[in-house]
Amino acid sequence: MGKTIAEKIFAAHRVDSPAEDIYILRLDAVFCHEITTPVAINDLVRRNKDRVFDATKIKVVIDHVSPAKDSKTALQGKILRDWARRHEIRDFFDIGRNGVCHVLFPEKGFVRPGYTVIMGDSHTCTHGAFGAFAAGVGTTDLEVGILKGICAFCYPSTIKINIRGRLSEGVYAKDLILSIVGRLGVNGATNKVIEFAGPVVDTMSMASRMTLCNMAVEAGGTCGICQPDMTTVEYLWEFVKGEYSSKQEALEAFKIFSSDPDAHYDQVIDHDVSNLEPLVSFGYKPDQVKPVREMEGSKVDQIYIGSCTNGRIEDLRVAARVLEGKKISRRVRGVVSPATTDIFRLAMEEGILKTFMDAGFCVTNPTCGACLGMSNGVLAEGEVCAATTNRNFSGRMGKGGMVHLMSPATAAATAIAGHITNSSLYLS
Amino acid sequence: MKNFKGKVLFLNRADINTDEIIPAKYLSEVSKEPLGPHLLEDLKLEGFAQRDLEGNSVIVTRANFGCGSSREHAPWALEVNGISLVIAENFARIFRQNMFNCGMMAVELPVAVIDHLFVNYAGREAHVETDLEKNVFTFSANGKQEDISFSISDFDRALVTAGGWVEYADAKY
Ligand code: SF4
Repeated sequence: MGKTIAEKIFAAHRVDSPAEDIYILRLDAVFCHEITTPVAINDLVRRNKDRVFDATKIKVVIDHVSPAKDSKTALQGKILRDWARRHEIRDFFDIGRNGVCHVLFPEKGFVRPGYTVIMGDSHTCTHGAFGAFAAGVGTTDLEVGILKGICAFCYPSTIKINIRGRLSEGVYAKDLILSIVGRLGVNGATNKVIEFAGPVVDTMSMASRMTLCNMAVEAGGTCGICQPDMTTVEYLWEFVKGEYSSKQEALEAFKIFSSDPDAHYDQVIDHDVSNLEPLVSFGYKPDQVKPVREMEGSKVDQIYIGSCTNGRIEDLRVAARVLEGKKISRRVRGVVSPATTDIFRLAMEEGILKTFMDAGFCVTNPTCGACLGMSNGVLAEGEVCAATTNRNFSGRMGKGGMVHLMSPATAAATAIAGHITNSSLYLS
Repeated sequence: MKNFKGKVLFLNRADINTDEIIPAKYLSEVSKEPLGPHLLEDLKLEGFAQRDLEGNSVIVTRANFGCGSSREHAPWALEVNGISLVIAENFARIFRQNMFNCGMMAVELPVAVIDHLFVNYAGREAHVETDLEKNVFTFSANGKQEDISFSISDFDRALVTAGGWVEYADAKY
């Protein structure tokens, strides 16, 4: 019997199996940010185990609240910064060159097909877009990852989603993943890997694949994963060209980590997107989604475009295309947060930031900020935000606030209209 | 090793997420203790008030407990409130792992058994004892008592016995 890509990665990284179905894996990368890592650092110090397994495999960023908004967040940054210096961790990204972790680290070429990656962050599943096994973990797992370079996982059973058909104009990867989360439910893939496959994924950019994999965890998935292909090679080429004589050779090497045609899946789901329309979440769970059309006219107070789901340059371009030459409604306020410093710079060079500003948006520096309700656009009680983020939990963007998840195009259109609406109105 | 016994709090709702267990605004804490007073502060559950937490050491709840953000602050907030055992239909993966990694327990029981516990023990000052050798919980309320068996993997058991994953991993690997 063949193997899935996740099973192949497990086989290649297995250190031990202390119980049936439990695998201790060797890690290729441990990612760290300032919210979950300082507690791990403090605990390692307290245990007299302030060591790192391999400083070159640890990548560190201050991204969640940057610049620090108060003494507490400043202390979190300081603990992380001091630790990175003390252990000579070279890939440390402080303000001025930082960005939202799941956008920044791929941009730096830190994720490769076949890698095992952990981070103390639930959206680590994003990196599966490169054909890696990347999973969010808690602080203790992170601690052991930092200390020993290992992590324990259940043997991966995989749900394969075969995505067929053609996405209509104005329908994006975000709408697609909302439809999938809606279909699976918030618990539908718990403890499972979600493999995104089929012709629609084959023609997707890495950015769109990352948007898909990013929200695998919203269906409970451990990791989202896509097969490495020429698109993956093209994206990574600048970082790997010293290692391979040609792109073809890189592709051959990457393809060692692909699912066999006769691999065993827990479930195979056929997902036809031909009739998919732009979607939006309505309640407080990301699986509560309906067509934008059915929410047409719903009032919002704030528009937020950014985050590890949709803060990439591709997302800003789409939103800017909708906003071009228009003004946002006076009833709403708009916040756009390019996800990394490089994206910010590129958006500036391409005139995208100007489009946003002319439309009446506030452009913030790269940070998670409002996405998790910590800074840069926290909602007041009773307020509603149209957001390109990934979580609409009650209170996520501020106590008593509500979030509607949607694509950047829908968010931009909503900003202009001042209420939830379809981007097709503005894209003609 | 922690002990897994005491008064039981019943939370009759599925999908209680970690933002409800401990809101993001407390993530700027770099130690566990300050989380204590904010446990379940944002829980959306009719009739629940934070003072209901008082004196409880065990939670029994429905499906997908601990979904959402990976924050280990959720088990810690439970821990500093003296809660080291959560029993549910099932858990979100990261939350479940975090619990065992901290030497605490997140134990799954079949839906029918959870239903039975809600019907017979919720709202009745129920108490539970855990026998880790026999894999049995003993529930009692109003003079009535019964054994409910459970299973956890050898690995989870080893983590609980070792006092968590850091100790276990550093000793073994
Ligand atoms: S952008 Fe939001 S979801 Fe993504 S890592 Fe930051 S806080 Fe988490």
